[in-house]
Amino acid sequence: MATGHFKQGIAGGRLSPEQYADNFSDLHPPLDDHEALVESDRCYFCYDAPCMNACPTSIDIPLFIRQISTGNPIGSAKTIFDQNILGGMCARVCPTETLCEEVCVREVAEGKPVQIGRLQRYATDVAMAENKQFYPRAAPTGKTVAVVGAGPAGLAAAHRLARHGHDVTILEARPKAGGLNEYGIAAYKSIDNFAQAEVDYVTSIGGIDIQNGKALGRDYQLSDLTRNYDAVFLGMGLGGVNALRADGEDAQGVTNAVEFIAELRQASDLASLPVGRRVVVIGGGMTAIDAAVQSKLLGAEEVTICYRRGQEHMNASEFEQDLAAANGVIIRHWLQPKRVIAEGGKVSGIELEYTAMDGDKLVGTGERLTLTADQVFKAIGQSFVPAALNGSGALLALEAGRIKVDAEGRTSLANVWAGGDCIFGGDDLTVSAVAQGRDAAESIHRALTSNGRA
Amino acid sequence: MADISNNFVGIKSPNPFWLASAPPTDKAYNVIRAFKAGWGGVVWKTLGEEGPPVVNVNGPRYGAIWGADRRLLGLNNIELITDRDLQVNLREIKQVKMDWPDRAIVVSLMVPCEEHAWKAILPVVEETGADGIELNFGCPHGMSERGMGSAVGQVPEYIEMVVRWCKANTRMPVITKLTPNITDIRKPARAALAGGTDAVSLINTINSITGVNLDSFAPEPTIDGKGSHGGYCGPAVKPIAMNMVAEIARDPETHGLPISGIGGITTWRDAAEFMALGAGNVQVCTAAMTYGFKIVQEMIAGLENWMDEKGHASLDDIVGRATPNVTDWQYLNLNYIAKAHIDQEACIKCGRCHIACEDTAHQAITAIVDGVRHFEVIEAECVGCNLCVNVCPVENCITMEPLAAGVIDQRTGRPVSPIYANWTTHPNNPMAKVAAE
Repeated sequence: MATGHFKQGIAGGRLSPEQYADNFSDLHPPLDDHEALVESDRCYFCYDAPCMNACPTSIDIPLFIRQISTGNPIGSAKTIFDQNILGGMCARVCPTETLCEEVCVREVAEGKPVQIGRLQRYATDVAMAENKQFYPRAAPTGKTVAVVGAGPAGLAAAHRLARHGHDVTILEARPKAGGLNEYGIAAYKSIDNFAQAEVDYVTSIGGIDIQNGKALGRDYQLSDLTRNYDAVFLGMGLGGVNALRADGEDAQGVTNAVEFIAELRQASDLASLPVGRRVVVIGGGMTAIDAAVQSKLLGAEEVTICYRRGQEHMNASEFEQDLAAANGVIIRHWLQPKRVIAEGGKVSGIELEYTAMDGDKLVGTGERLTLTADQVFKAIGQSFVPAALNGSGALLALEAGRIKVDAEGRTSLANVWAGGDCIFGGDDLTVSAVAQGRDAAESIHRALTSNGRA
Repeated sequence: MADISNNFVGIKSPNPFWLASAPPTDKAYNVIRAFKAGWGGVVWKTLGEEGPPVVNVNGPRYGAIWGADRRLLGLNNIELITDRDLQVNLREIKQVKMDWPDRAIVVSLMVPCEEHAWKAILPVVEETGADGIELNFGCPHGMSERGMGSAVGQVPEYIEMVVRWCKANTRMPVITKLTPNITDIRKPARAALAGGTDAVSLINTINSITGVNLDSFAPEPTIDGKGSHGGYCGPAVKPIAMNMVAEIARDPETHGLPISGIGGITTWRDAAEFMALGAGNVQVCTAAMTYGFKIVQEMIAGLENWMDEKGHASLDDIVGRATPNVTDWQYLNLNYIAKAHIDQEACIKCGRCHIACEDTAHQAITAIVDGVRHFEVIEAECVGCNLCVNVCPVENCITMEPLAAGVIDQRTGRPVSPIYANWTTHPNNPMAKVAAE
């Protein structure tokens, strides 16, 4: 009977406990004091720094790095948190290679940017280790705000609102707060239960009540919130997963990548997590990479990502693609799924069709390819599920299937703001969700404290 | 192949790189290692008079400042002259000189400011076969409190007197080491020359406090909660030392007086710069104390390669070549006009040139052009100050380009004059010398 990598079908216990621990250790280990000093010395303290302009939360990066280099990591952390209260998680999960570090002038000069993400982690770790709270709450305003979803957008909004003296209630459908930070990030990017530690750090400001197991549309309606609170912030993310649109996708072994990632993050024993011997991941974004790499790290023998367009079209950053390749994941391009092949109701392979561009249009070429697989992951994007908003009287305006907001995060309904992945026009990044939550909170604050409410 | 052998006041060495009087030359063990590594000579760490040796502190003797990546830029010390027995030192000097006849050994001396003290020590040093003596008139801490070191070096009359005693009582060449802790370096140099010195060496270390401990509020290095000013050296002092070398080299009264250049010399290039300003050879300490004796290999090869490349056959071809170009401000050509130029290919768009110019200089560099980050010199505002060149992190990205005669200077709207004209004849100068009618 084959064991380990070569065990047939979807099975757990493919690796030794040591291998699991090693595979899921910190992707970017923290910088120690000396490394942080050396790295911070590399920053040129640019004027109108490109890194700062590339950061969706506009952190003053040259300033926080200079504060590290002068031996003031606490001051550095405050510079970060002033703009981004979830700076600790963003330091771990931001695709810095396509944001701040991509435009670092040292990347331009020598192809080796200042390691901004790791420096940010260094400073925020120092402050969080001593639970240094920088922001006293303003005098109570007597206003109440409901926040739907305890993900990055909701937490950022709640912190800023609490700071301004409002009382915040967060309604979270899942058993834990954190949103995708808790359920959606590859395990090796957020070790040691960091997401929960960050939730605790953020809510230490006071005035934030998180109620778990409360789903919009199931346990309460939007109209309940607008009736009972002075303002509402919607940050519930995306509830749906796009279908493969391939025949037979209901076969056993066709798995939703988002659920797999969440399950992995919540697993207390990685050996108990089953994974296929031969895994095919359909998609080209970060979720596809996370699912593929983690399948490999769980002991799958063979993992292939199939993406329907070219390498240059992939949403996953170059760094993420390299990470996948370094872990032995094969990435194949110009292939779209046509049919899941099953034996006895279980996946045994997948039939794909080669694609090509016909002008602006992606078309199948007719040529087919069959890959043996005992597990297929769907990672072709998530979608907003507007159904939960129904039953609340007036309907929120949507745009391209997501909530429509203005520049301040205001929805079409009075007293209702929204931010994060559930709004139209975002880029599905943690750091952008934080920026939207923060800015919507400022807009709410202005509305609640001015004469003539918004 | 360039010949870098050195003849300094008759003292011959295979290259111009000597180790300065300091911890690296305190005993035979170190000096032999230095000679094995290739050093041309040493100035043996300062000997005091016969009797119980001086004692040093038993806590930290050194303090420092650092640049990026903790690169040592400046070092200070509160160590005194040798704390080893005089006879031990003399025996070792004699043995090493016998074993290494082609290398220079000069002995640094510091005894009380009385003729009998000098008369007593000179013959015993001469007996070792050493090539010369260096008078330590520079040490700024400890010994100076006892009337020696810089306490002598700060009084030109004392310098002249002691040099005279030494010249009268030894056949060995006398090198007078000068302290920079004075107002005008030319005065002690002139005094040494008047006393008959064969050469001067400079600079000794600069009075300094390298840091303050912000927990104990004590200066560093800290000895049981207290600190004392120490002697500062290393790369940070090089510009100060080079100016002093040049001042002596171009002073009509001391012009031609041999100079052994000291102060932050770390590479062949530093050495070549000192020699170009008039130093006949150089002495090194901090660089060796930072990196070990092996650095002399880089110095020798670097100097030879540069001389070969430029066609300089011997050290005589380079010593003092830059001295005539050191002048007073009043003689600089005010009709020379240069403008900064930014190489857009090399520019990495850090914006430091812009913010330096915008905040602190002449508002002569753009930040945004046509809506994008773009750093370009506005010639109509540029006074040619060179600040942008100095703050730019990319070498040769910003350069100063002289305007050719006849070209209109955008800043003044006037054409560049081809005629040399300085402040002494400038119309704005109330003391201007008016040309004879």
